[in-house]
Amino acid sequence: MDVARLTYMANQIARNLAAGGEDAAIAATAQHIVKYWEPRMKAAILAGDRSALEPIARAAVERLERVAGIEPA
Amino acid sequence: MGYERQSDFGTPEVHAETSVSLTIDGREVTVPAGTSVMRAAAECGGSIPKLCASDNIAAFGSCRLCLIEVEGMRGTPASCTTPAAQGMVVHTQTPLLQKLRKGVMELYISDHPLDCLTCSANNDCELQDQAAAVGLRDVRYGYAGDNHLGLATDSSNPYFDFDPSKCIACSRCVRACDEVQGTFALTIDGRGFATKVSAGQAGDDFLSSECVSCGACVQACPTATLQEKSVKEIGKPERSVITTCAYCGVGCTFRAEMRGEQLVRMVPWKDGKANHGHSCVKGRFAWGYANHQDRITSPMIREQIDQPWREVSWDAALQFTADRLGAIKARYGARALGGITSSRCTNEETFLVQKLVRAGFGSNNVDTCARVCHSPTGYGLKTTFGTSAGTQDFDSVAHSDVILVIGANPTDAHPVFASQMKRRLRTGAKLIVIDPRRIDLVRMPHIAAAHHLPLQPGTNVAVLTAMAHVIVTEGLADEAFIRERCDWDEYQDWARFVSDERHSPEVLEAVTRVAASELRAAARLFATGGPGWASAQRSKPNGAIYYGLGVTEHSQGSSTVMAIANLAMATGNVGRPGVGVNPLRGQNNVQGACDMGSFPHELSGYRHVSDDTARGLFEADWGMALDPEPGLRIPNMLDAALDGSFRALYIQGEDILQSDPNTHHVAAGLKAMDCVIVHDLFLNETADYAHVFLPGSTFLEKTGTFTNAERRIQMVRKVMEPANGFEDWEVTQALANAMGLEWTYTHASEIMDEVARLTPSFAGVSHARLDQAGSLQWPVNAAHPDGSPIMHVGGFARGPDGKGKGKFVVTDYVPTDEKTGPRFPLLLTTGRILSQYNVGAQTRRTENTVWHPEDLLEMHPADAENRGLKSGDWTRLASRTGETTLRLMVTDRVAPGVVYTTFHHPATQANVVTTEYSDWATNCPEYKVTAVQVMASNGPTDWQEDYTAWSAKSRRIVAAAEPAE
Repeated sequence: MDVARLTYMANQIARNLAAGGEDAAIAATAQHIVKYWEPRMKAAILAGDRSALEPIARAAVERLERVAGIEPA
Repeated sequence: MGYERQSDFGTPEVHAETSVSLTIDGREVTVPAGTSVMRAAAECGGSIPKLCASDNIAAFGSCRLCLIEVEGMRGTPASCTTPAAQGMVVHTQTPLLQKLRKGVMELYISDHPLDCLTCSANNDCELQDQAAAVGLRDVRYGYAGDNHLGLATDSSNPYFDFDPSKCIACSRCVRACDEVQGTFALTIDGRGFATKVSAGQAGDDFLSSECVSCGACVQACPTATLQEKSVKEIGKPERSVITTCAYCGVGCTFRAEMRGEQLVRMVPWKDGKANHGHSCVKGRFAWGYANHQDRITSPMIREQIDQPWREVSWDAALQFTADRLGAIKARYGARALGGITSSRCTNEETFLVQKLVRAGFGSNNVDTCARVCHSPTGYGLKTTFGTSAGTQDFDSVAHSDVILVIGANPTDAHPVFASQMKRRLRTGAKLIVIDPRRIDLVRMPHIAAAHHLPLQPGTNVAVLTAMAHVIVTEGLADEAFIRERCDWDEYQDWARFVSDERHSPEVLEAVTRVAASELRAAARLFATGGPGWASAQRSKPNGAIYYGLGVTEHSQGSSTVMAIANLAMATGNVGRPGVGVNPLRGQNNVQGACDMGSFPHELSGYRHVSDDTARGLFEADWGMALDPEPGLRIPNMLDAALDGSFRALYIQGEDILQSDPNTHHVAAGLKAMDCVIVHDLFLNETADYAHVFLPGSTFLEKTGTFTNAERRIQMVRKVMEPANGFEDWEVTQALANAMGLEWTYTHASEIMDEVARLTPSFAGVSHARLDQAGSLQWPVNAAHPDGSPIMHVGGFARGPDGKGKGKFVVTDYVPTDEKTGPRFPLLLTTGRILSQYNVGAQTRRTENTVWHPEDLLEMHPADAENRGLKSGDWTRLASRTGETTLRLMVTDRVAPGVVYTTFHHPATQANVVTTEYSDWATNCPEYKVTAVQVMASNGPTDWQEDYTAWSAKSRRIVAAAEPAE
């Protein structure tokens, strides 16, 4: 999967959830990815370059890393 | 059943609290107060002669045939205009009445051709019937005097003729155009002997007039004056079957009137709950595609997409497909396979395709065309209200006081519902339109929007937040409703957010380009009904919101849906007739396709695939484990195809190459796959990239159900054998069985039984139940045995008991990344037109093309002048993604800086231009905002020409086993 595109998607989700406050936005972004992203998309963003992720999205991805059940492809 | 005309009670049904009893020809009858004697007579089995009366238009009293005598009353009043009264004693047949009626009829017939045997309305003519009913035996005046018999027929409309020589000037057509359709295209011209029906101005014929060809006049005509050309050609039908239209999400029901297996005409069914006997040009007339010569009826395969197609047997095609799918699965795993269900196919067919993907392919890679239209509706309404559907039935609009239409163009895209909405607007409801373009509804005969907010495309959330700001800061929120029905803490968070000064209309005006004073006035009107609002019936006005793809097809589509839901809750407009949030669905069964589990993360009934209890139900029923992880959405499938991890796609009834954004990217994704299976009526654009073509069947050739925008489940009934040999669900089953799944459905009803078994909101649905009830609105279950016309009554469908609190969601305006700049200074937005449907696969193959032969680019005069362009010029439309050419129409319907086009024709390739930006929550493409430049051009682009050549090449067909010469 194209990591740049996934990064764009994650940032976009985070920006739309940001109004809820940082903590809530991180949790909601992580949950959104868990609920709606296919495993290879999750795996790709976990394995990919995170430098272009904005802070909320990056924190959400880091949180995903700690969640059981998401293995790299 | 044999052919019989639909019953007509003469005057409209009256809803009244009180009733009256009277005696008609010795029969006692009780009717609601205000009912006409004519209708009362019809309700107790009578039939008073009539010509100018029909029960979908107001009584007119002009034909002088429906006379009655009433004891104690002088004279012979017309029964259509005489209200029934308590204790009234009516006689409908007396020597005096007989003489009067015969005299009237004699006059009519003295100026009417006596060609009954060769007339197209023979035996289906009210004039003929009434002549028989009044015992007309002779015309004493003779036929030699002045008459209208020589008038010429107007054949300009492709579907019906207007033969004024047969007109009796009853004006039913004029009144149907006014009252039923609301177009006001027809009029009665002249007086006395010179009276004639006219379509608009002198010199106009039906085609050049304002007529929208809805067919209401044809249906209203009591003679052969306005008559379908198909009846003229074929003859009177022998039987009729009730079925559901396969065009838009209104879901009109029709009588398919047949001779043998030949469809003679489609006539809107008066008992249809969605359309109440009305129709539009598409459903009523544009069904010729069903037997179009382009229809493919034999399966075809090819090894590679640069080869010509080979016609093969069904067995060979299915075996080829199953082998390929099996090989891909063995080599790349189940997640390399996927499918797309169709919003045009039945619930049963859609359910089966997603079952094939989940149970047969073994992945959750199933998606549906709702991805590109209403997926944000699913997300937004599920989050706020708890269920992914509109809250009302269509009839609700009759109780609305303020109607807010945002990002929808009902008169073009949902015309039959628009007629119902227009009826309410003509009787006093106020209208607010939020749309970048001045849609017809903003100003049309007898309708004018109180406010039109022509916002900059892409700023829906800003406009709705500003409206919320006005409502909250001016103290107009319905706090009693909110405290009772919504989560109060969440409301307060939201109210604090919208009250911030940065969300005021004045601050946001720079972004939205909507005048702050207009926006404030619109917000006040929605919340209060306007200054001095008072109603005998209601203490506060009913505000209803209707929206369409202008809301969803944005990078903030889901946020906008939630902002709409917030607005409805904040003003207390949920849970009763006349209010609510109403998504106008694009395709006939887009609601149903979503309900049936077509999304990659959801099983039928909107239950997440990770929900062990829900998934367990399916696993137990289907006897296999299912993937608990969500699958790929359509755009993700294409991305995954490009990196080689997604290789096979089964597409039923959907043309993603034409309908999805960034055509080049879609083409590249499809090209990268090893097995693309297109299951369709025609070799569509997507089929250019397919390896297998499985011929599909039309809605006339199958049995099943569609679910319309008001959650109404209605039967689709087979009226002819499938030209390709199989209904679509049978083809899916055959493919499943070729893959070893051993399915044994023998009828579509068995699939619905499975849906009901596995889906709580459909628990009470079956074909037998639908046959008996006519239609049902889900949820249909123990709590709602007869369905649910209005949702969230008394509680929102959230939480374990389904009686939860509404959820306010803070929706921050996040501008789209698609921005105008020096190179691309204009914003392109897209939409539809009445006569064409979606990508046009059906309507382009009908005579509807006379109204819209090509897509045009609408541009404001100022922008056109800057570029030296005028109407009719070829222009090049370029975005950062691609470019195409189309012809220009200069109009002030669009604001300066905004251009608009439709996407009905493949040659236009509007989606070559659209970008891959999409809704943050659902990836619904941002069709409605593309930064573009427009300049003069000489004609089609290289891409358009290359594409045409490629298309021709990839559609070559080699017939099966042709004998050698």
